[in-house]
Amino acid sequence: MNGAYMPESQRSTHPIVQLQDVSRIYTLGKNRIYALKGVSIAIKEGDFVTIMGSSGSGKSTLLNMIGCLDLPTSGRVKVNNVDLSKLDDDGLTAIRRNNIGFIFQQFNLIPTLTAIENVEIPMIFNGESPRKRRKKALMMLKKADLPLEYARHKPNEMSGGQQQRVAIARALANRPPILLADEPTGNLDTKTGHNIMKLLEELNSSGTTVIVVTHDPELENYSHTTIRIQDGEIIG
Amino acid sequence: MNITEEIISMLSNNMYAELAKRNLKRQSIRTILAAIGIIIGVIAISSMGILGNSLKLSVTDSFADIGDKLIVSPAPGEDSITHRQIDQMEKVGNIESIIPVSSSGEIIEYRKSGAEVQSYISVYDIEKEGLEKLVELEDGRFFKPGSTDCVVGSSVAENLELATGKKIEIDETKLRVVGILKERGLGFDINTDSGVFTSSEMYEKLYPDADEGYDQVIVVVKDIDEIDSTADEIEERINKKEELVTVFATNSITENLDQVFGSISLFLMGIGSISLLVAGVSILNVMLMSTMERTKEIGIMKAVGASRKDILKMFLLEALFLGLIASSAGALLTLGGGYIIMALVFKNASYLLTLSSMFYVMEGFFFGIATSLIGGMYPAWKASRMKPLDALRYE
Repeated sequence: MNGAYMPESQRSTHPIVQLQDVSRIYTLGKNRIYALKGVSIAIKEGDFVTIMGSSGSGKSTLLNMIGCLDLPTSGRVKVNNVDLSKLDDDGLTAIRRNNIGFIFQQFNLIPTLTAIENVEIPMIFNGESPRKRRKKALMMLKKADLPLEYARHKPNEMSGGQQQRVAIARALANRPPILLADEPTGNLDTKTGHNIMKLLEELNSSGTTVIVVTHDPELENYSHTTIRIQDGEIIG
Repeated sequence: MNITEEIISMLSNNMYAELAKRNLKRQSIRTILAAIGIIIGVIAISSMGILGNSLKLSVTDSFADIGDKLIVSPAPGEDSITHRQIDQMEKVGNIESIIPVSSSGEIIEYRKSGAEVQSYISVYDIEKEGLEKLVELEDGRFFKPGSTDCVVGSSVAENLELATGKKIEIDETKLRVVGILKERGLGFDINTDSGVFTSSEMYEKLYPDADEGYDQVIVVVKDIDEIDSTADEIEERINKKEELVTVFATNSITENLDQVFGSISLFLMGIGSISLLVAGVSILNVMLMSTMERTKEIGIMKAVGASRKDILKMFLLEALFLGLIASSAGALLTLGGGYIIMALVFKNASYLLTLSSMFYVMEGFFFGIATSLIGGMYPAWKASRMKPLDALRYE
């Protein structure tokens, strides 16, 4: 890993993610379910944030809002100073493609593609040439500490930890300023989980804003900021 | 970027092509079954078109040299074409030659496979110069004016086992065969193959009671594009006061044949296209199943930056690949199978290798690709419209 530790004093005060009075209501038949209630937060550029909460607390909904996968029923979400409510589908896609890298609990790799091809996918949608993206994908796999002999392995030929490293490399493919991780260690053993979190810590120290959603209090130790959420409301 | 550029860009971007290829291979049995549907459809459309086209070529081939002639016949109620009417024809422009024809029929008897057979032959009085423009000799020479010589058509020669130098007896008069004509097939002017052609003097001797004048006049035109106006002019000149002659342009036969066989081809292709329609529904089904099975993948793709257009392109590329492979196989099988069937049915596979037959193969090929693309359109659209979050949650 090449990323140097960035002390708090050097971190930007510029908010890269802002949520203003955001509510998300799901309608199930006649029932209205409040997944988020008037949430207002600001996440600074270069921060490492853990969003903590129990199952059903609304933490994943919050992450989906930040990741442009879902839109609020009311309120405003800004990513990199862009108001998401003003964007159409293509605009939201562009934000996801250029500003956000996703890491999922289930890894979510494409089963028919090899590790390196999975990393190339976001770069294809960014219009990069085959040669350039292959070179960059190898670099990203190296950065994610995946032994390169696994580059041509398909997901079912790799361990959970290796798959999560591929997922991290894929999330980094377009060099996004924000990494969103939804329970990134949820499917890993403790040691592998620790290694993945160390990797995220290192990525953060090289300037990437990392936002991790978890219910595991252990992960709080890796972050600079913790946001606690309960029943769709920020409690601390 | 237009559609062609998009496709070229997708194909040159080998990851799109690779994804399409792997997704098709993923459910190989299902892909093969969908491809078989397209293959059958392409074969049905192409072979039906080729069949109609071959029928047309086969029939038009049997009508020889019919395009550039006008047949002038006595109008109903009139006995013959008069010398005066021929003089009037000579004043019309665009005429290469005027060939008056007198003819009578005879029943002849011959033995074939040990049995007595009766056959009808036409005996013609056509001047030697005129006859030379209408027929070709297989063997011998044309008759001399005033002689008792004759030339006979190929069927007459074959049935009566005639050769040059032999004699043929018509109404107790013996004529010496000096020439045998090449087989010409059916004609709208004269029936060469079953004809006996002799000099005017001999014809008058055979049929002393024949009408003054001619049974028909064959007019060969210089410019075939002007054939209709030449026919009109002849009619205008001769039928001024009353209808004395009817003029028939032989090219109208080919035009009618074109229309009739064009309709037959279209009808046959319509039947063939039903199988392609079924193939289209099968593609739609396969692609819809594939879309459903890959919902989560679509969600992942969208999460990592795929736009609606990207997803649409990926699915359409799969449909295009399926269509291309299946249509190519269908076209090749049509050519291979068509060659064998043509050789067996028509005894002549050359009809398959004509430009018009190849057109039907290409038509089947492109219809196959179009069907595949149309079948893939709705699933591709559906996939592209999926909400990323809903797709990611799909299990």
